[in-house]
Amino acid sequence: MRIRISHSIAYAYAEPVRQLRQVLRLTPRDHDGQHVMSWRITPNIDGRLRSSQDPFGNLVHDFSADGPIENYAIEVNGMVETVNLAGVIRGVVEKVPPAVFMRDTRLTEPSAALRDLATEAAARGGSELSRLHALMETLHERIACVPTGERLGIGAGACLEAGEGIPQDVAHVFMTCARSLGAPARYVSGYVAESQTLPHAGGAHAWAEAYLPDYGWIGFDCANGLCPIDTHIRVATGLDYADAAPVRGARTGGNGESLLVEVRAQAARPRQQGQ
Amino acid sequence: MPAFDEMTGGEGGLRSAYVELDRWLKEAPPEMLALRRSQAELFFRRIGITFAVYGDEESTERLIPFDIIPRVLTKPEWTKLEKGLRQRVTALNMFLADVYGKKECLKAGIIPADLVYRNACYQLQMVDFQVPHGIYCHIAGIDIVRVDADTFYVLEDNARTPSGVSYMMENREVMLRLFPELFATHRVAPVDNYPDQLLATLRSVAPRSASSDPTICLLTPGQYNSAFYEHSFLADKLGVELVEGSDLLVKDDIVYMRTTQGPKRVDVIYRRIDDDFIDPLVFRGDSVLGVPGIIGAYKAGNVTLANAVGTGVADDKAVYSYMPEIVKFFTGEEPILKNVPTHRCREPEANAYVLDNLEKLVVKEVNGSGGYGMLVGPHASKAQIETFRQKLKLQPEGFIAQPTLALSTCPTFVASGVAPRHVDLRPYVLSGANGISCVPGGLTRVALQEGSLVVNSSQGGGTKDTWVLDA
Repeated sequence: MRIRISHSIAYAYAEPVRQLRQVLRLTPRDHDGQHVMSWRITPNIDGRLRSSQDPFGNLVHDFSADGPIENYAIEVNGMVETVNLAGVIRGVVEKVPPAVFMRDTRLTEPSAALRDLATEAAARGGSELSRLHALMETLHERIACVPTGERLGIGAGACLEAGEGIPQDVAHVFMTCARSLGAPARYVSGYVAESQTLPHAGGAHAWAEAYLPDYGWIGFDCANGLCPIDTHIRVATGLDYADAAPVRGARTGGNGESLLVEVRAQAARPRQQGQ
Repeated sequence: MPAFDEMTGGEGGLRSAYVELDRWLKEAPPEMLALRRSQAELFFRRIGITFAVYGDEESTERLIPFDIIPRVLTKPEWTKLEKGLRQRVTALNMFLADVYGKKECLKAGIIPADLVYRNACYQLQMVDFQVPHGIYCHIAGIDIVRVDADTFYVLEDNARTPSGVSYMMENREVMLRLFPELFATHRVAPVDNYPDQLLATLRSVAPRSASSDPTICLLTPGQYNSAFYEHSFLADKLGVELVEGSDLLVKDDIVYMRTTQGPKRVDVIYRRIDDDFIDPLVFRGDSVLGVPGIIGAYKAGNVTLANAVGTGVADDKAVYSYMPEIVKFFTGEEPILKNVPTHRCREPEANAYVLDNLEKLVVKEVNGSGGYGMLVGPHASKAQIETFRQKLKLQPEGFIAQPTLALSTCPTFVASGVAPRHVDLRPYVLSGANGISCVPGGLTRVALQEGSLVVNSSQGGGTKDTWVLDA
C-alpha cells in the first residue's frame, strides 16, 4: 500500500519566543514492512536543522532557532510503501537488547490492577503469542480508546483506572501488562492510513510491540484491536511515549503557546494485487 | 551482638590511636565539653550549614548534629583503607567504561546482563560514547563500616553525586578553632586541600579542545535542594561559578554561562543535578532544573560532565553485590575491601531465606538511598516487618538484604556524658586524568541514639571530625 502523509504542527505564541529548541522524531525508517519513498521536514522559519540517531535507532531532527518567534510551523510530507506482514517486525535497525524493554518507566509503572489484568487475560491464551493476543483483545474490549485531540497522556495505571484513554496510554497499558507477563515491550509512534474498518485511522497513532524469542518483535494495536498491517507506518520507538514523542521541545520566552496539529494519512492509490 | 569500640577495642582496653584523646577526655571537666559543644553549634549556625530533610513539614532545614569528640584512625589503618578505596574506584570506572563499551564483563558472565539492561540508571544515551579521558566517576563517596580491628566493609558505593564533603571540611575547621590544644598533641593529616584536589581533578578532565585554563562551573538544582549549602560552599572554595540550569545555555553544541560580560564558554561542569533532570530534551521533559541541549554538547565532546551521565548503574545495590567479582575481573587483584554479604532477593532461594529471617536482617530497596525505604529487622516493629514481607513477595527484584552488622562504635558526647555510638565513614575519592586522590579520612557519621545503626542525617544521625594520625 502506498500511503501519503502530510502532517503540520503549528505553534503561535502570545509572547515571542527568544530561543527555541526542538527534538523531532517525525521520520520513519525502512524495514521489511515499509519503504520510505520520499520524506521531507520543513520548518517555516530560519534555524538549524540537524539529523542524528537516538539510542533506539530512531531518526531524530534537532531544530534550533533564535527569536523573536511569534509563529512557527513544521510541515512533514512523505510517501511510504507498506507491505502487510501481520504485525511481525523485521529488518529494523535494533540498537538496544530486548532486556532493556523490561524496564518500568514513569508512564508504565506496574500496579496490582495492571498485573491482575495481565494474568487474567493471559489465562485465555496458551502459547506466549496467544497470551499477548488475548491481552490485546481484552484491552480492546475493556478500555475505550478516545482520540488524542488536546488530551495529554496520564500513564498506564491511571488509564486502566479510568477505563478509557488516548491511544498512547492504551499502548502503555499493554506494555506494562506484557512486561509483567515477562515479555519485553516497547512503544511505537506512527501513522495509520485512512481505513473503512479501523476506528483509529487517517492520522497519527500509537501502539506497542512485544518481543517473543521465537518471533522477534510483534506489533499490537489495542486501540484498533489488531496487529499492525499495511495501513501502519512505524516512525519511532522507545521505552514509553517520552522516548518516542514526535516533538519534544524547550524554549525561553513564548508564554501563551497555542498549538494546531493537522495530520492526514491516506492511500495514495488503490492497493495493487500481488503486493 | 557486642560491637567493636574504636577506642577500647571492646574489651575495656585502650587502642593506641586514642591514648592521648582518652587522657584529654578524662581530664576535661564535663562543663567544658558542654560549653564547647554549644560553641560548636553556634559556629555551625553562623556558617549557615544546614540540611533540608524531605518529608518533614516541621522543619525543612536543620543543623546536622555535630559531635565534638573526633573519630581517630591510625596511619596504617588509613593506608590500607586508601589502597582498598583506590582499587575499588578504579574498578568502578573500568566497569562503567565496559558496560557502556565492549561489555566484556557481561559476556564473561561476571554480572547478569539483565541486571544492567533493566536498570533505569543504565543510560542508553551513553552506550558507545567515549567520555573525556575515559573517566566516569570523578567524585565517589564510598561508605565504609568497620566491624573489628582489621575488617572494613564497603556498605555502599556512591557514584552519582555524593554529598557531605562540606561537612568533612567544616567539621575540621570548627575543631581547629575549638580545640587547638588537641591539634598540638596529635599530628592530624589535613583535609583542607580537598578543594585543590577537586579543582585539579576537574581541570584534568576538560575536553581536549579546551584551553589550558578551562572554565569550570558547579551546576546546582537550586536553593531548594537538600545539599544547596554544600554546592555554594564548594563553588566558593573551588573559585568557580555556582550556576543553576537557567544560567547556562547551549548553542551549536557548546555550553555557555550567562555572565555580565556576555556568554562565556564552559568546559567542565561539576553537576550536582541527577541524570533525570539534567536535560529536558533527553531525560525528564518536565524538568525545569536542567539545561536543554546539554547532552548534545556533551556527546559532541564539547563539555565534560562530572560525574558522567549513567554512573548510577555502578552503585545500584543489586550491582553492588557483584562488586567483589567486578573488582577481581577488572583489576586482576583480590578485593582489599570486603563487601557486606548480600542476599539478592531476585534469586528465589535468597528471597526465601530473607523472608524467613526478616527480624535479623537489614532489607534495602535496590534504588533507595539516604536510609529511606529500608528495614532494620532487629529494630523494626511487627507491622514494619509485615509491610516488608508483602513488598518482598510482590517485587523481590527491588530488594537486597544484608546481615545486621555490628558497626564499630566511637566515644560520643551525649546527654548522659561520653558513651559509645555506632559510626560509619564516607571517604571521598577523586579520579582525574592524572590519577586518583583521596583526602585522608572523610566524613564520619554517627547514630546518636543509643543502639541505633542508622547514621543517615535524614534519619537523625550526626557527624564527627575524622582524624588520620600522621605518626
